Parts: sequence; C-alpha cells; structure tokens
Amino acid sequence: MAFNLFKYSSPASFYPLAGKMAPLFYVLAATLAIVGLYISFFVAPTDATQGEAYRIIFIHVPAAWMSMFIYIVMAIWAGLGLILNTRLSSMMAQALAPTGAMFTVVALITGAFWGKPTWGTWWEWDARMTSELILLFLYIGYMSLTAAIDDVRRADKAGAILAMVGGINVPIIYFSVKWWNTLHQGASVSLTRSPSMAKTMLLGMLIMAIAAWMYSIAVTLSRVRLLMLEREKSSAWVQEVLEKKS
Amino acid sequence: MNWGSLSNFIDMGGRGFYVWGSYLITLVCIVFELVLLSRQKSALWQRLTQIMKLNKQG
Amino acid sequence: MGNVLLSVIRRDLLLAFRRRADVLTTLFFFVIVVSLFPLGVGPEMKTLRLIAPGVVWVAALLASMLSLQRLFAADYQDGTLEQMLLAPHPLGVIVLGKIVAHWMVSGLPLALMAPLLGLQFDLPPEALGILFIALLLGTPILSFIGAIGAALTLGLRGGGVLLSLLVLPLYIPALIFGAGAVEAYIAGVNPEGHLSLLAALLIFSGLATPWVTALALRIAME
Repeated sequence: MAFNLFKYSSPASFYPLAGKMAPLFYVLAATLAIVGLYISFFVAPTDATQGEAYRIIFIHVPAAWMSMFIYIVMAIWAGLGLILNTRLSSMMAQALAPTGAMFTVVALITGAFWGKPTWGTWWEWDARMTSELILLFLYIGYMSLTAAIDDVRRADKAGAILAMVGGINVPIIYFSVKWWNTLHQGASVSLTRSPSMAKTMLLGMLIMAIAAWMYSIAVTLSRVRLLMLEREKSSAWVQEVLEKKS
Repeated sequence: MNWGSLSNFIDMGGRGFYVWGSYLITLVCIVFELVLLSRQKSALWQRLTQIMKLNKQG
Repeated sequence: MGNVLLSVIRRDLLLAFRRRADVLTTLFFFVIVVSLFPLGVGPEMKTLRLIAPGVVWVAALLASMLSLQRLFAADYQDGTLEQMLLAPHPLGVIVLGKIVAHWMVSGLPLALMAPLLGLQFDLPPEALGILFIALLLGTPILSFIGAIGAALTLGLRGGGVLLSLLVLPLYIPALIFGAGAVEAYIAGVNPEGHLSLLAALLIFSGLATPWVTALALRIAME
C-alpha cells in the first residue's frame, strides 16, 4: 500500500482519499483492458494445439488469479481487523468479498466455455475447477455470515474467523482434491499450456490480469466508501459530507 | 494477427460461440456488479439525506 | 485441567442421556438417507457397491450437520455458556470437552451403525471394517470443524441453514479421505495412505479447532 496506513486508518480521512483514488483506478483498469484485449485478439497468434478457443484464457486465467488473490487479501484484512481491532480493515474485507465472488463466477463460467471445445465437456472434476467451486462456496459463506449478523462488530469478527479458517482450508482442499482426482482418473486432463506458448500470449494475459487487479481496487474502494458512510452515519464527518452534497 | 475479414473474426476458427460467449458473460458480470453498486450508493445517499433532514426538523 | 475436561464430558453426556430422543433422531436420519439411495439409483449391486462409501459418508456429513446446532444452543439459552466464559479454566479445554461429548452421542453412533448399512450395499466384510475405522477417525473431525460453525452462528435467526453453508465446504477433505479409504480398498489399493491422512487431519483439527471455537464463542457472547 502506497499511502501511510496510520494516517488514513480512520474512515474520516480515508473516505475522501478513496473517493479521489477510485476514478483513477477505474481509468487505469479500462485502459489496460483495452490494451490487453487488443493484444489478445490482434497480436497473439493462433495456438498450435487449441486453435482460437484458447483466447478465452485471456479472461479465464486473470479471473481465476484474482479470485484466489482477493480471498487471501480479504482474509488478511479481516485478520488485521480481528487482531488490531481497526474498523477500516474489517470494512475492507467486506468490501472485497463480492468482487472476489464475481471473479470466481467468471472463472468458473469461462472455464466451462474453454473446457467444452478443448476437453469436450462443460465440467471436469479436476483439482483446479473443483477448488474454484469450493472457493465460491467459501465466499458465499463469508458473505452470508456477515450479512446474517446485525451487530457490526460481531459480524466483522465472526467473518474474520471464517475467512481465516477457510484460508487455511483452501490449500488442504486443493491438494486433497488433486490427490482424489489422480486416484480416480489416472492421468487427469492437464490444464498446463504448451511450453511453446508465445511471449505475446503471456503478455496479453499479464496485462489483462493487471487490468482485473486495478478494477478490483477501484470497485473495492467504491464499496468501502459506502460501508463507511453506512456504519458511521451518526458521526460528525458523515454529516459534513452530507451537508456538502446537499 | 490478421483476421482478413470481420466474419473470420467473429467466427474465431469455428469457436466463436465459446470465445464470444465467455467474453459476453464476463462483461455481463462486471456490468451487473457496477450497476448493483451504483444502486446501493443512490439508495444509501437517499436514506442518509432523509435522516439528516428529519434530524434538522426535529 | 484433565478434571475439568472429564467433568464437562460427564455433564454433557448426562444431559444428552436425558434427551435420548435427539440422539436417536440423528441416527435415524442417517439410516433413512442411506437407505434412500438404492431406491433412487436402482437395485443393481455392482453400482451400489461402487457408490456405497460416498453415500454413507455424505449421509454422515448431513447427519452431523443436524446435531451441530445443539452443541452450544442449550447452554446459550440457559446462561450456562456465560458462566463457562467467566470460569477460571481455559475455555478451549471446556470446548474440547463439549466437542468430545457431542461426538460420543452423535458421531460414534454413526460409525457403529455404518457397517450394518454397508451390508445393504453388499460391501465385503473387510471393506465394512475399513468403513468403520474411517468413520471412527472422520466423525470427530466433523465435530471439531463443525464446532467453529456452531459457535459463529450461535443465536442467529436461520442459523441452521447458514451453519451448513459455512461448514459443509470445510468438510470436503474429510469426505475425500474417508470415502476414499473404502473406495481404495474395493479397488485393490492399500487404504493405509487415506487413513493416515485422515488421522493427521484429526490430530490437526483436534489441536486447533477448540481454541478457534473458544474465540468464536467469546465474539458471539460479547
């Protein structure tokens, strides 16, 4: 994080900062997405083995990366909120969850769209897709739990415990599913791309991943602003913000 | 990469449905998230300003 | 500390004995769910033998979900839980006692009943033994992990459905190794690997989850 955490750890000073940063990240995300899409469709060559269907990977892989990365970041923010008792960290965790769940859904659906022409099935019980599905369940569990608890402080802390327990479980689940999969199918279908993958393909994927990252930051900042307003609605700074708007 | 013609580009070597389908669904997901967020925002603003007005009156 | 553990277990077992119907309900649920599968899948023994370990395990997972809500609910309602939080003994030990007692009345009966149900699916005798051992190692894992969920959802409306949403994904490794042990045996592979991993999971969850559950209880009672 580029900004001084201690200075901006109070919602009153973070609210305007987030308001200034969010548009910047939206613009960055859009620009990078346009560049990334151009590379994905007009620069990257046709894949020797998969033909044109591989172009799905330019969104599938970044979405899958983000879905896992956001979960880790969310668990860390939630954990910080639990240990240090900082309001803002817990709000960050809750602001991240819907975007993480969205990317998980995108990764699952695009994975199916990629699998149908490549493997011949919409769904394959391989370790990655299964873990991704379970990751979605974990996101849903986290969001349902925090939504079900009315007391904000309890919601934050209970959510933090669940996020961290889930975080410990994700690698265990991944390796158990992987093991289970090899036992049942012998040589399971491999997602690994051909070693001859062109540099431009990798570049396109990377730029799309950064675009997804910027988008996540932008949306999370917008969402955390709403959470701040909602939770601190009776505080002086929110009243000031409201006065200024109206 | 030179596609030659627009129809080649749309066809995606016979995989157009899968490629464009997945890009379309991604777009729908992102738009859905953004719309949801902006609706939440306007609902919250409306609620908060109403509370503020009531507080001023009372 | 051992004394505290034993007295909590004894107390909870006594309370469970007074409400025998609850224990039996869980057990009957398990039996009924397992018996439904042949009716849905068809009576072909070859297929049934293949799905038996998975069916028994999934049914055990669901049955343990049913009983989880009761883990802290009664103590929460009558205020005993508040006393426990204030007690001079470490809360983790008390929680451990409660989980062990809960397993003895809800998990152990499932493990004992499972070989009988396995007969319905025409499992060979050795496979029945492995099913029993796997459930003996696996059902306490379900109680340990489930306790965290039960503590997190304590006193919430719609807690039951929420609890299963939180806990079922976390049960997956136990399900994979537990059902896998029996499947491996039927396929002619040594099931020891599965059982050792299950035992490792049991030790890990037994050491860690009581403390996490204690933390979750403190948060819920704040």
